[in-house]
Amino acid sequence: MAEVLVYVDHVDGSVRKPTLELLTLARRIGEPVAVALGAGAENTAAALAEHGAVKVLTHDASEYADYLVVPKVDALQAAVESVSPAAVLVPSSAEGKEIAARLALRIGSGIITDATDLEAGDEGPVATQSVFAASFTTKSRVSKGVAVITVKPNSAAVEAAPAAGAVESLSVSFSAQATGTKVTGRTPRESTGRPELTEAAIVVSGGRGVNGAENFALIEALADSLGAAVGASRAAVDAGWYPHTNQVGQTGKSVSPQLYIANGISGAIQHRAGMQTSKTIVAVNKDAEAPIFDLVDYGVVGDLFDVVPQLTEEINTRKG
Amino acid sequence: MSLRIVVTVKYVPDATGDRHFADDLTVDRDDVDGLLSELDEYAVEQALQISENSDDDVEITVLTVGPEDAKDALRKALSMGADKAIHVEDDDLHGTDVIGTSLVLAKAIEKAGYDLVISGLASTDGTMGVVPALLAERLGVPQVTLLSEVSVEGGTVKGRRDGDAASEQLEASLPAVVSVTDQSGEARYPSFKGIMAAKKKPVESWDLSDLDLEAGEVGLEGAWTKVDSATERPARTAGTIVKDEGEGGKQLAEFLAGQKFI
Ligand SMILES: Cc1cc2nc3c(=O)[nH]c(=O)nc-3n(C[C@H](O)[C@H](O)[C@H](O)COP(=O)(O)OP(=O)(O)OC[C@H]3O[C@@H](n4cnc5c(N)ncnc54)[C@H](O)[C@@H]3O)c2cc1C
Ligand SMILES: Cc1cc2nc3c(=O)[nH]c(=O)nc-3n(C[C@H](O)[C@H](O)[C@H](O)COP(=O)(O)OP(=O)(O)OC[C@H]3O[C@@H](n4cnc5c(N)ncnc54)[C@H](O)[C@@H]3O)c2cc1C
Repeated sequence: MAEVLVYVDHVDGSVRKPTLELLTLARRIGEPVAVALGAGAENTAAALAEHGAVKVLTHDASEYADYLVVPKVDALQAAVESVSPAAVLVPSSAEGKEIAARLALRIGSGIITDATDLEAGDEGPVATQSVFAASFTTKSRVSKGVAVITVKPNSAAVEAAPAAGAVESLSVSFSAQATGTKVTGRTPRESTGRPELTEAAIVVSGGRGVNGAENFALIEALADSLGAAVGASRAAVDAGWYPHTNQVGQTGKSVSPQLYIANGISGAIQHRAGMQTSKTIVAVNKDAEAPIFDLVDYGVVGDLFDVVPQLTEEINTRKG
Repeated sequence: MSLRIVVTVKYVPDATGDRHFADDLTVDRDDVDGLLSELDEYAVEQALQISENSDDDVEITVLTVGPEDAKDALRKALSMGADKAIHVEDDDLHGTDVIGTSLVLAKAIEKAGYDLVISGLASTDGTMGVVPALLAERLGVPQVTLLSEVSVEGGTVKGRRDGDAASEQLEASLPAVVSVTDQSGEARYPSFKGIMAAKKKPVESWDLSDLDLEAGEVGLEGAWTKVDSATERPARTAGTIVKDEGEGGKQLAEFLAGQKFI
């Protein structure tokens, strides 16, 4: 069976969920071979094997942390050359897309970004994309070279499928461009203890209607009652009430959780672009005419300062 | 010293209009009004600020690859304060994919001459967010992308990239390709004077032959990806909407419990 390369997104050896989803998708089109780079790469093997990787190619060098993007492209290219895969799958993070694009160009392949599903086809893997703020669904494929496809988080359910996961070290020689862009400083983001926004099964968001940074405590309390991630509209972010990393929408994160709860958010097209593929959508807004209500499965027309605390309390009571 | 900046700007269908696909599965650009991709306004703004903060002579060229109407995007950028414009236009470009677009842009940038290329973080139609990385790969220069803060001094570009896990400080020597996010600073509105001045600024038109490119390298035929189908997402079935009369939170909890979220 053809091999399919899966680029591993991990933090010091702990594999992030979108990579495990990719392994599930990769099994539909071939045998997954994972590529893990940087500090802790070898520690990813157990989790990757558990989810279907027949082989795990690893490599560590200081270049991965000290320079932007290109060293990882060099490594992935080395992996493509050693394996001759039928496809290369990369998680659709900002960095993942940049790595995939440069790789595609180098190996003479087309690229598809932000796929939301993947299946085997007669002429290679067929990718589903959700475009124009999720108003259209397209099916596309790469018609030249090895299919390079980036896949959005939450595009498949993670399935365990134990495989050998044999670790092999990848040999990489860095290109002249690898050291072009230096990372001269890095401030890690502080963990909030809440789930990662793009990976969360439930997202609770607040917008301009939340009316102040201090009131986001209400949104956080609701999120915590559901084990959810917290999102925000750009209006709330621009007002300085919540960090930009939590922005949902066209210029923020695009999320696709099982449940999305929008509080005090009108539902502008740019916000919808980032949440419209959520499975179940709920909104609380005091304006019955707000466009967000066109999307909802359940909506409450009311003041969020009344509805949200009552909802949180009711959830906490029910959970006992 | 002088600094030549090329800003890549895309002409896109208005996101608030009824965007859809034509019969050949390319974007229908006739039925919807187009405009300068809002995210590219941030790129023009940062070019203008680099120019304003520089002791060198800075020349800002805005570049677009697109149909006839794409001149509107160039005019907008010129009225914000860019110095000149290049429009790559050719019927054979219809249906070009991202690999082809980056080829045309890279050829045009090389022909124009540059020390710095500035792009937006993503277009508002394709939203791939990969053109800047592809340009860096093609031009063989550093990519300093997704910056929320950027500065240029003495042949070096520096910036801050806010990622998921960390915020990074980046640095590279010119020439380089930069992309900026919408966190980099509000874009200015063209002044009346700017709009009048833009009418007199030069707009060059190049076609594929000016860039030594063949029709088969671009367009639908030259694309390395193929769209097999595009279907409109069915409208969501109308949900239940209740008015809060004191029990709205509890009713919502009941709904969530029914859906097994609690
Ligand atoms: C290029 C571009 C990119 C953009 N990218 C994004 C993006 O990524 N994400 C994004 O979100 N936006 C984005 N925007 C902005 C977008 O157009 C909207 O301006 C924004 O989404 C509005 O945020 P909002 O819904 O919180 O605010 P508003 O539109 O002001 O809506 C606030 C809502 O809160 C309701 N409300 C007020 N008080 C209460 C209360 N007490 N209880 C209940 N409801 C209340 C109001 O009825 C109203 O519907 C972008 C815009 C552009 C031009
Ligand atoms: C809905 C949709 C889905 C698509 N999916 C794919 C796909 O999966 N694979 C594929 O190969 N192509 C795809 N395309 C085509 C691709 O988007 C275009 O070829 C496009 O010009 C390049 O990608 P982008 O617009 O997404 O740009 P991005 O990479 O998002 O743009 C980043 C920056 O590049 C610059 N830029 C981009 N295009 C131009 C231009 N024409 N002129 C000047 N500057 C520009 C701008 O500065 C912009 O801010 C898709 C197009 C659409 C409309």
